[in-house]
Amino acid sequence: MTHIRMNNVCVDFPIYNTTGRSLKNQLMQAATGGRMGSNEQGRVVVRALQSISLEFKEGDRVGVVGRNGAGKSTLLRVISGVYEPIEGFLEVQGKITSMIDLSLGMDGEATGVENIYLRGALLGFHRQWLSSKISDIVDFAGLGDFIRMPLRTYSTGMQMRLAFSIATLVQPEILLMDEWLTVGDADFKEKAQQRLHEIVQKSSILIIATHSPELVKTICNRTVRLDRGAVIAM
Amino acid sequence: MRIFKSGWQDIFAAFKRYELAGVLGWQDIRQRYRRSSLGPFWITISMGVLIGALGLVFGNLFDTPMKEFLPFLTVGLILWTLITTILTEGCTGFTVAEAIIKQISLPLFTHILRVIWRNLIIFGHNIVIYPLVLLVFWLPLRPSAALSVVGLVLLMINLSWIALLLGVLCTRYRDIPQIVSNLLQVCFYLTPIIWMPHLLPKRASLLLLDANPFFHLIEIVRAPLMGTLPSAVNWLVCILLALVGWGVTILFYGRFRSRIAYWL
Repeated sequence: MTHIRMNNVCVDFPIYNTTGRSLKNQLMQAATGGRMGSNEQGRVVVRALQSISLEFKEGDRVGVVGRNGAGKSTLLRVISGVYEPIEGFLEVQGKITSMIDLSLGMDGEATGVENIYLRGALLGFHRQWLSSKISDIVDFAGLGDFIRMPLRTYSTGMQMRLAFSIATLVQPEILLMDEWLTVGDADFKEKAQQRLHEIVQKSSILIIATHSPELVKTICNRTVRLDRGAVIAM
Repeated sequence: MRIFKSGWQDIFAAFKRYELAGVLGWQDIRQRYRRSSLGPFWITISMGVLIGALGLVFGNLFDTPMKEFLPFLTVGLILWTLITTILTEGCTGFTVAEAIIKQISLPLFTHILRVIWRNLIIFGHNIVIYPLVLLVFWLPLRPSAALSVVGLVLLMINLSWIALLLGVLCTRYRDIPQIVSNLLQVCFYLTPIIWMPHLLPKRASLLLLDANPFFHLIEIVRAPLMGTLPSAVNWLVCILLALVGWGVTILFYGRFRSRIAYWL
């Protein structure tokens, strides 16, 4: 059974090269989201997540909302396994796919095909399997012969189309997103939205960080509101 | 025990996803030499020029016959390049992969494997010079040369733990890479690469050879290619270094692996 369980999860970011504490901390605290303090060695730490206890189970469509710096992205990264909680306990059952930075690792000098292998490897796909999918990817992205050209010759929209087509190759179990994806021109947008909706529907848990109340209303069945690293409403 | 397991699991997982490290390592090479017509063989050429120049100067300086000195220098210099680039690039292995580490959860040792693989590819291009040198002096490739493959594997096992250890340390303390590259530069002169060990007076050799781990690491690959066998001490030091080094590194890595993403 796919599920995510968090119990009292805390995340602290150490800030090095910062000697100033005192007044600056107070000012920063007012201006940005995180709570600042300093640990016993006098090093400044930002508490990004404060005692988060949440449980997500199959069928949950979670909208994570809150101001800038409230800890939304950090929460997603903790779930994806990038940051291990400093305190508390996290249990994830199911394969996580993060659709946050779709073009991460792509190389402008490399051709479209090379980028498919590069991006695909980062996403954990095997080379052989990718080879069999290349024509599908090219068709969906509508790139034609451009796929043999270096990525830098693509327009921004074309690059995003390619990245999107690779990222949506497999059906994720747990899907993490930072805002809803919109890619490409009018034609492609429609096709992409259809595919994205399909994937979201079939995924067993969706967690999306967003600032859009409409999105939460249409897609999500649960909301987690964060403020200064803590859950203030569910 | 738990710490050891956490470190070991990450390393094991990285090996299981060797394909990723392979793709990324190749990509680094492609990126560097993308628009040049000779591609990565530029590495070979510049190494060849360096060997030729150093060979001419030091061969004459030490009054050693070229037939003896040049093959020695070639292998030594190519191995030293492999060692220094893996260690210095290992230092920045995690910091240059910051974007990936902060976005996708991967076994972190993958980033060190990438450095190792990339440099092995470069080594593959460089080592082409060695048979050319043999050909020029019409020297035979002795059967003992096969043993140098074993030596190379042992060398890589050792370089991997040092690179991993340095990678973690340098992510936390950003001034270590400078110290490392400085030390390596000193070691280059202390290790018999551009000078031959038999030129040393007996007493000095105790310090510069036996107490120098780089000497043993190079010797296990170079000696078989020179037609002699590495001494038992050479093997023993390298094997012990690998065992103790990996033991300590896995513990250290297991303890601090989860902090790497925070330190970036």
